Amino acid sequence: MSEQKAGGEPAVSTPESGSSKIETPDGGAGRLREVFRSDHPAVLTILAIVAAVVIGSILIIASDQATRTAASYFTAAPMDTFSAAWHAVSGAYVAIFEGSILNPSSLSSGDTATIFGPISETIVSATPLIFAGLSVTLAFRAGLFNIGAQGQILLAAIFAGYVGFSWHLPVVLHVIVAVLAGILGGALWAGLAGVLKAKTGAHEVITTIMLNYVALGLIQYLLGVHGFQAKPYNQAISPPVDHNALYPHLFGSALRANVAFLVAIAATVAVAWLLGRSTFGFRLRTVGANQDAARTAGISISRVYIVVMLIVGALAGLAGSAQVLGTSPQVTSDIDAGFGFDAITVSLLGRGSPIGTFWAGMLFGALRAGSVQLLASTNTPSDLVQVLQALIVLFIAAPGLVRLIFRLRRGAGGQTAVVAKGWNG
Amino acid sequence: MKLQLQGITKRFGTFTANDQIDLVVQPGEIHALLGENGAGKSTLMNVLYGLYEPTEGTILVDDAPVAFKGPGDAMAAGIGMVHQHFMLVPVLTVAENIMLGAEQTSRGMLDLRRARKLVRELSDRHHLEVDPDAKVEDLPVGIQQRVEILKALAREAKVLILDEPTAVLTPQETDHLMEVMRSLKEQGTSLVFISHKLREVREVADTITVIRRGKVVGTAEPTATAAELAALMVGRTVQLRVDKEPAQPRDVILDVDKLRVVDAAGQVLVDDISFSVRGGEIYAIAGVQGNGQTELTEAIVGLIEPASGRVVIDGEDVTEDTTYDILRAGVGYVPEDRAHDGLVSSFSIAENLVLDMHDQAPFGGRIQLNNKEIAKNAIARVEEFDVRTTSASAPASTLSGGNQQKVVLARELSRPLRLFVVSQPTRGVDVGSMEFVHKRIVAERDRGAAVLLVSTELDEVVSLADRIGVMYRGAIVGELPPTASAQEFGLLMGGQQGDTGDHDTKESA
Ligand SMILES: Nc1ncnc2c1ncn2[C@@H]1O[C@H](COP(=O)(O)OP(=O)(O)OP(=O)(O)O)[C@@H](O)[C@H]1O
Ligand SMILES: [Mg+2]
Repeated sequence: MSEQKAGGEPAVSTPESGSSKIETPDGGAGRLREVFRSDHPAVLTILAIVAAVVIGSILIIASDQATRTAASYFTAAPMDTFSAAWHAVSGAYVAIFEGSILNPSSLSSGDTATIFGPISETIVSATPLIFAGLSVTLAFRAGLFNIGAQGQILLAAIFAGYVGFSWHLPVVLHVIVAVLAGILGGALWAGLAGVLKAKTGAHEVITTIMLNYVALGLIQYLLGVHGFQAKPYNQAISPPVDHNALYPHLFGSALRANVAFLVAIAATVAVAWLLGRSTFGFRLRTVGANQDAARTAGISISRVYIVVMLIVGALAGLAGSAQVLGTSPQVTSDIDAGFGFDAITVSLLGRGSPIGTFWAGMLFGALRAGSVQLLASTNTPSDLVQVLQALIVLFIAAPGLVRLIFRLRRGAGGQTAVVAKGWNG
Repeated sequence: MKLQLQGITKRFGTFTANDQIDLVVQPGEIHALLGENGAGKSTLMNVLYGLYEPTEGTILVDDAPVAFKGPGDAMAAGIGMVHQHFMLVPVLTVAENIMLGAEQTSRGMLDLRRARKLVRELSDRHHLEVDPDAKVEDLPVGIQQRVEILKALAREAKVLILDEPTAVLTPQETDHLMEVMRSLKEQGTSLVFISHKLREVREVADTITVIRRGKVVGTAEPTATAAELAALMVGRTVQLRVDKEPAQPRDVILDVDKLRVVDAAGQVLVDDISFSVRGGEIYAIAGVQGNGQTELTEAIVGLIEPASGRVVIDGEDVTEDTTYDILRAGVGYVPEDRAHDGLVSSFSIAENLVLDMHDQAPFGGRIQLNNKEIAKNAIARVEEFDVRTTSASAPASTLSGGNQQKVVLARELSRPLRLFVVSQPTRGVDVGSMEFVHKRIVAERDRGAAVLLVSTELDEVVSLADRIGVMYRGAIVGELPPTASAQEFGLLMGGQQGDTGDHDTKESA
């Protein structure tokens, strides 16, 4: 709509004509500055990470023995304290970087396995996080809170693991069947919560948490049953899955990264398509955003809930399959490795977008991989990684804090304004 | 208190919602703001109330410039605003709500007794009767609005902003509100009043400022005629009367037979209603809000299950059908509460325009959406219904109130209909758009569709309908032709049928 000066006003009374001064918006640089001063979600996310890293540094310094010793004679030699602090902080972050992306000293060795080792480890940790994160994200877009990724991963591990070690199928076919079994396991488990929600109104937070415990109990029970438990039956562990049922390695057998990562990329694209391009995704988003409007538009909310939970479970099931058919090819009761709960964090950081969830999964995967190196090569406790993750989430959950720290201006459609909207738009 | 706005400009991105607006609200006056949907009235008031930061311009209170960081600052400066919904906490009592944010404490305890006393005092002084101990969620909209006004008065507002307060009020409640406004004015409070109902504005305002496309285009005296005001608002002459040929009724399309709706508590909301609507006619349900109209329409489109009775559309019993099937059978439905039921505010305008057609050609199939067609449709509808927006991909939440209503109407009227069920079609819509909406409804009738119109605006009912049923306590108590007098309608709406007096006041209805 262009601003028009309409002619022919009725003769009531019109104001002075000089009131149509038009300001030209500032140029490109100004607009860029505008983006960085605004509370655009991407900006907020990056700044949340920056803030977490800064606070993480303070914690590193505070917990570093050498820095504290130097600080005791601070007035005598202040530089000692600063250099010790710098040493601790840079050492910790460098270790995380070297453990997750690239260790420069490995370059001279010329051995590709050593050079790409850190990246491979990042991918290995990121893959289940991406699957499970997508699961939480998709549920979230339908207005459902899937706390049950852990249980769904465990069920998938049971299904995929069982097919993997007890069936003996040809190469290619075996892994496909095992993955499908994992998907089925996850889908059944989440679908149960979906049906309960749709038919009885039982809140999915409660049911999925409870189903986590049931899944844990189930897997612990199965790991004591001959046939599921590996001989000689003295450990709660299943037999290893067949070689044919394992995801093929991506970069040769020396590196653990496997094809599951490609499946995770495909799943990200699929979820993005589902949300943005499919009719079911449209219904899902409608139900998630406004149930009353969904019902008025003839959308069956209970059907959407059930289907969403089946898909959500299938995604978590892929995380379970990636674990048991890749990283740790024997079923144990802790095969979920905490991915189910980290997935909630990943999804939060991804802000409900599949692509965002993918990158959040990569970031958290890198942090997990880096924590190993942190433990190995520095004095900084590897808990730092958990602290960093927690801080990122804290800042994401409290954007007001980030706005305050970085003095951001609230965007045009700020939340206050939306809350204040009443009948009159 | 004198309030002055100088050169206020508010931009959203590149869109200018308010452009160099100058406005003076004198102490103790009722200042009405008139303007089309999307003219920028609510935006201006949100700037004044500290919800938006103005891009340019200054606000002066008693000639001293002020800068509001938020509504808290505005309230402290003596500016109060009454929003229609959402601003009260439903589970708290009236007194608790009024106290909220300005808690009176004594020795660390909330002083509810003082709050209650304050509420009583204020409500006595301003004739705003409300029970301080009633839970807000149990109160009808009109009373909730009183609570909002009291809340502003409790914070000693010297300027009270009322943004379309009458949109959801019954005529009686509106009259009462206007009395309250006059009495507030006499006690020195200034009021800024926004409404699309010219009658109200002319009746109560001292000064009228007209805004169009973000600019002040003129001021008017309350003595100006409705036609003059309408023309100043819209920039062209508006036809305030509906022009239509006599109806040419065809076969019965909608047949409602002894329909009964009972809520979970066993209360009868729709009481054995029977009527039928033919193709090519507009059947209106008139009546005071809350007499079962909502439930009647919801039962017809399958949103609630009737306890007994039948709904037949084109000879087919649809009583047991889902809303999905009923809408697919060629029924258009405009719910009474657009924000709640008609729109998804976080969705784009384009998506909202296909909300109940997203899986129908050409917008989508069983699997995939056709985003290109959805976008194309949006551009066409936005143009056709004159939805004022910067882009069809903007979220519906950025639309002004009346433009949201237009989106819902545009969607329901964009497919071939056999039956059009429409509640409060022009609530919050400006006079220019009202003319257009009325024309579209008549056009739908002339195309041969059956139209069931539910409206609490008697003017609208009388000018649009071919036959009118009056609803009272869940039943249709009588049918009148549109030529009947206001008195006849008034009697029926009050439940007075024939001569038998209605004494069953204890009945819970
Ligand atoms: N947050 C926002 N982002 C972008 N545009 C906005 C936003 N809020 C309002 N607008 C636009 O500003 C214009 C003015 O809106 P406003 O709500 O002030 O209109 P109004 O005069 O109150 O109309 P109505 O009578 O329909 O309530 C509209 O075109 C609207 O689309
Ligand atoms: Mg408005």
